[in-house]
Amino acid sequence: MDKQEEEELGHDHNTSKAENPDQGSGRRKNFGPYMVTFFIMFGVWVVLSGKFDPFHLSLGIVSCAIVTYLSADLLRPSMRGLLIMLFRWVPYLLWLIKEIFKANLHVTYLVFHPRMMDLIDPRIVKFRSNLEGDLALVTFANSITLTPGTITVNVSPDGDFKVHAIDKASGEPLPGEMEARVAKAFGESDG
Amino acid sequence: MDIMNIIVCVLLFSGLFFLTGGAVGILRFPDFYSRLHPAGKLDTLGSLLAMTAFVIFNLHHFSIGALLTSLKILLIVVFIFLASPTATHGIVDAGVRAGLAPWTKGEKRR
Repeated sequence: MDKQEEEELGHDHNTSKAENPDQGSGRRKNFGPYMVTFFIMFGVWVVLSGKFDPFHLSLGIVSCAIVTYLSADLLRPSMRGLLIMLFRWVPYLLWLIKEIFKANLHVTYLVFHPRMMDLIDPRIVKFRSNLEGDLALVTFANSITLTPGTITVNVSPDGDFKVHAIDKASGEPLPGEMEARVAKAFGESDG
Repeated sequence: MDIMNIIVCVLLFSGLFFLTGGAVGILRFPDFYSRLHPAGKLDTLGSLLAMTAFVIFNLHHFSIGALLTSLKILLIVVFIFLASPTATHGIVDAGVRAGLAPWTKGEKRR
């Protein structure tokens, strides 16, 4: 039922193409992304509801379609972008989890060390990152915060980072390897 | 089955170890900023390990219902991983805006 509705909607835009050519072609081209959003949301719906009878499934289809329509301007993933993201992100996430584990062991060692006050040496590290995209900067900042021993205090839109590090060893490797890997994950590496 | 139980126990206890470390760290570290290090992050890894243990334990007797519950637990992990660093950053930023200077080596404990 809803597929029909959506197709009708697309058809409407096609007929009004003559009056408003730019908008019409734009809508038509970006029809696939709506389906991607729709299916991701529907998957979450099924997982969260856990009921497979027609009544609950149709409720899910209707509400997912409405939300997809309302958030059309906000979310537009493309099928190709999604696949590329998957291939680039999975290695990055695995590496990040490994780093988180290593760094967690270090902080736990500090926590339980009897002479902890002598070992820690909090400092604020400042550096400039070459990353450009907003999402890349956010990922980098969140990755820094996730690896223990370092918390991002402030990021400027140009990539000026202020990081609070618990001791010298935690702050030293920044930006270093992590930045290079984030750049790779977002396709920003220049060699 | 036995191997599964061992894996679940190991994951659960290492998760508890990190969570305990987080709690002890909050008490032992000297100031606001350094206390956030264990508070915001040892907890994240601790809950990741504990949740993984739950997922595996839950799949012992495979059924659609158990699979759905496991997927929901995985969703919790994803949201913790998104929200925890953001919240930690927010608290640190609030401290900086309020003008609290970080503790440095040699100062008295606060």
